[in-house]
Amino acid sequence: MQISFTLNGRPTTVEVEPATLVAELLREQLNLTGTHIGCDTSQCGACVVHLNGLPVKSCTLLAPALDGATLLTIEGLQGAPGSNQMHPMQEAFREHHGLQCGFCTPGMLMTAIALAAEKPDLTEADVRHGLEGNICRCTGYQNIVVSVMAGAAAMTAAKGE
Amino acid sequence: MKPFAYHQPNQIPDAARLLTSIEDSKLVAGGMTLIPTLKQRLANPPALIDLSKLGNLKGITDDGATITIGAMTPHAVVAASKLVQTKLPGLAALASMIGDPAVRSRGTIGGSVANNDPAADYPAGVLGLGATIVTSTREIAADKFFLGLFETALEPGEIIAAMRFPVPLKAGYAKFKAPASRYALVGVFVAKFADGVRVAVTGAGPGVFRVPPMEAALSENFDPSAVAAIKIDNDGLTSDIHAEADYRAHLVTVMAKRAVDAALS
Repeated sequence: MQISFTLNGRPTTVEVEPATLVAELLREQLNLTGTHIGCDTSQCGACVVHLNGLPVKSCTLLAPALDGATLLTIEGLQGAPGSNQMHPMQEAFREHHGLQCGFCTPGMLMTAIALAAEKPDLTEADVRHGLEGNICRCTGYQNIVVSVMAGAAAMTAAKGE
Repeated sequence: MKPFAYHQPNQIPDAARLLTSIEDSKLVAGGMTLIPTLKQRLANPPALIDLSKLGNLKGITDDGATITIGAMTPHAVVAASKLVQTKLPGLAALASMIGDPAVRSRGTIGGSVANNDPAADYPAGVLGLGATIVTSTREIAADKFFLGLFETALEPGEIIAAMRFPVPLKAGYAKFKAPASRYALVGVFVAKFADGVRVAVTGAGPGVFRVPPMEAALSENFDPSAVAAIKIDNDGLTSDIHAEADYRAHLVTVMAKRAVDAALS
């Protein structure tokens, strides 16, 4: 079947089998390998992308659900438009050492950005609750939480400018 | 996943017709249970019938004495709804505790209730509040809907359209999460109405159930102390790698106290 959607700001039309997962479509058909597949059982959250602005696990989403939708992947993140800067949440992860091996990072970032967009004044408890669906096997949660708090504050500040 | 045909009907009758005419076909709402099941090849349906294009199945309406939630309304929408937070705060809290943010973006109330997983949260809220399940063909009281392990009163070809909740005086939900899955090891929903209290338990047994002794005690005195000494029988409760039946029975009392506490706060 043919599906059309907006992918990182660009209109995209692809031919897919209905039994295609969005994570497979992104990685294997569209060559966007920033979205990682960690567990492939909906547990780890490395594959989180934004579907119409909401965080979803792309390994547990069928491609037909994209038809008519807007999809944002890790490749679509950016700072100020045209600036060639990283997104404030990416900057915060770098600044606060929010990653070790980096495998879980794309999903962590996408979940964190959705969390901060939904609630500007995040508490540490909100962040820990919000990251329940993202697993880091380097067990670097402490710095991830610090990074998300800092990134959320930077996003709120950028919005106010 | 094995290949399957994909249908996206616009009307409930069309969806019902497809469901009855294609043998072993499955409905898909948010897919949070079905997609993992297909990936593990525990089910190989020849066709999926996607409910996302059906009109009027999403959204929350205030009917005064009742609140109606469309079957395709995602958990995140229920959790964030000012209307649900005001009139059914116990249900908003329950929705905010399901799975993780990604599950709450996609998973729907209708899908959860139709699946009737023994450790799912929504069946406790639906039974605890004494909701009415509105389907493509009739209305079913929650007390007659949940029939045990993954089993409901839904007939072949019958599709849930909405859930209608009576507005309680007070209601609260507390759950002890299985730490990895965040499913309810035990979850208890309590709701106080003018004519009495309802207590519904999920996670503890093969299906959601009510606890009449707790309901009687709380109808007399709606306070956590009223249920502190009431322990339910271990018989028929689940024992698995996560917890033995007697531990689950113990948790029912603890979670009931916390749910009353939540309802009072």
